[in-house]
Amino acid sequence: MSYGDKLFKALADPSRRKLLDVLHASDGQNLGELCEHLDMTRQAVTQHLNVLEEANLVSTRWRGREKLHFLNPVPLQEIYERWIAKFEQPRLRALHHLKRRLEDKKND
Amino acid sequence: MTDASTKSTFVYVTFIRTSPDRLWSALTSPEFTKQYWFGMHCASDWKAGSSWKLSFADGRVADAGEIVEADRPRRLVIRWRNEWKQELKAEGYSRCTFELEPVVEAGGDVVKLSITHEMDRPGSKLIEAVSGGWPRVLSNLKSLLETGHVVLVQAGHH
Repeated sequence: MSYGDKLFKALADPSRRKLLDVLHASDGQNLGELCEHLDMTRQAVTQHLNVLEEANLVSTRWRGREKLHFLNPVPLQEIYERWIAKFEQPRLRALHHLKRRLEDKKND
Repeated sequence: MTDASTKSTFVYVTFIRTSPDRLWSALTSPEFTKQYWFGMHCASDWKAGSSWKLSFADGRVADAGEIVEADRPRRLVIRWRNEWKQELKAEGYSRCTFELEPVVEAGGDVVKLSITHEMDRPGSKLIEAVSGGWPRVLSNLKSLLETGHVVLVQAGHH
């Protein structure tokens, strides 16, 4: 599976998106804390976290004996550039040109 | 108690198709940083204990501090304080750690770049402010090293 596939697959699950939201609200949580937000077993949460980590959406740090999870927003920025900005910019340019043309006519 | 109740930490990770040495140069050369950091450039001799600063294109100092650790091309730690917004400067020093790890992958050299920016206080506004900036900077850096040009030319909000 390519990296792009892993990334979109990781995002294509409501529980994993919920985990990202939970980390966005409070970054650096351990497994126990994350489990409190989801109605599922620790094993299931661990599996979801592994998928998110594989997709580079979550990174982990050890603090003493505790494994903390952090949201990594960099791939989301890459999705924005690849899949949003690219398609949005031509439309914004077209709108800008239309506005200029209409305003020029007014000044004729 | 979550980590966020005592500290403010952001972790950014990206994989870049380049060599650790080239990435180190990209992070520490003023000419290189200008190209992907929206005109900002850094200045330091990159030795532990030396001063460090990050300036805007017009020369105003944005952030300053000192080099805590510099182990080319593996690890760089900067003591980092904002210098241009009073409320951010008042928070004092944060700590920014760059870790560069070569990753074995089919198809060439890849480096895992991890940036951990942290401050020993909850709800830091500085950490919040840089959190919007780092993903854009890293995305540009990746693109510059892999394709020779940047994607974004405007900083957005920071």
